[in-house]
Amino acid sequence: MSDSVVFDRRAVRLHRERAARDFAAHDFLHREAASRLAERLDEIKRQFPCALALGAPGSGLVQMLAGRNGTTTLIATDPAAAMLSRAGAGRPGVASHAVADEEWLPFAPASFDLVVSCLGLHWVNDLPGALVQIRRALKPDGLFLASLLGGATLAELRRALIEAEIAERGGASPRISPAIELRDAAALLQRAGFALPVADSDAVTVRYKDALDLMRDLRGMGETNAVIARPRNFTRRGVLLRAAEAYRTMFADAEGRVPATFEIVTLTGWAPDESQPRALKPGSAAQRLAEALGTAEHPAGDKAGPPRRS
Amino acid sequence: MSDRSPSVDPKLLEILVCPLTKGPLRYDAERQELISEQAGLAYPIRDGIPIMLVDEARKLDDAGKRGPPGAGDANRP
Repeated sequence: MSDSVVFDRRAVRLHRERAARDFAAHDFLHREAASRLAERLDEIKRQFPCALALGAPGSGLVQMLAGRNGTTTLIATDPAAAMLSRAGAGRPGVASHAVADEEWLPFAPASFDLVVSCLGLHWVNDLPGALVQIRRALKPDGLFLASLLGGATLAELRRALIEAEIAERGGASPRISPAIELRDAAALLQRAGFALPVADSDAVTVRYKDALDLMRDLRGMGETNAVIARPRNFTRRGVLLRAAEAYRTMFADAEGRVPATFEIVTLTGWAPDESQPRALKPGSAAQRLAEALGTAEHPAGDKAGPPRRS
Repeated sequence: MSDRSPSVDPKLLEILVCPLTKGPLRYDAERQELISEQAGLAYPIRDGIPIMLVDEARKLDDAGKRGPPGAGDANRP
């Protein structure tokens, strides 16, 4: 479906290549998300000998996965080569690297016991398609664990930019990318064929000196706007300053600092396997519920339509 | 640029497939490429890192006519 192409994948790669140089100065959100993923993994008493870090900006995720849950083979991919050389910087041999696009995974079926993605899937156009490819790359009973930025992310900035742009130019353009909604996330996993899908979300609030400081940080993370319909010319300074002002007016705390919300959606799903618990077929019960409750059974009246008279 | 670049992890080579066709790849150690016959593409390996991106891959059609892609070929936009 060509009309579902929202993001410019070349721009995504370019932003990441550019951000790699100074990523360590802006990686707090990725570190936070990686440590939350580590907590999830620690709760799962399983061994994952062969693991894939799908999208590995900085060293956070790779270091987190190395040696955890019995991982002996660790492969790290990123759409940007520069991000990978950072991930491996100073620690050769921890992971094998490949440059790969999350929309076109280059892995044979049933390759991994574990696939982890840390804030790497929110720029994917075809998320259901990417999830299907991930599920296929997993061995039976393999685990997919991911954190994504959810729809509540940067709600404040979104509002401030729209207000500023309407005031300056009399219209608004897409400046903050659309993101996954929690209520859709588990259904997406299920649609992609994952068993036991779970999605939950957490809000992380970060305080900045001002909105321009926040925007510098986003650029440093490689999270600059990559929406195809984004305005291609430079954003006028007037719009930015007005947005910063609107941001301050609407959201600043007593000390004049402004909050930025990041919603982190965590997904877990398992590649289907015979050993997993599953619901029995409807109608396969051997005993009547009414008997167990000691009550009389009344038909539920399955047939729809007007009540029959005589 | 004659120094030998780091070699690719054999475990990685085992599980890599063509991202376009999901078909098998042939490792050309001399040219440092992973070749997908089905897709007619050769994916470069730079500094031991396979670049599995379709728009960075070399089309195989003109493989014989052109010289080997040297280090200077590294795609610059």
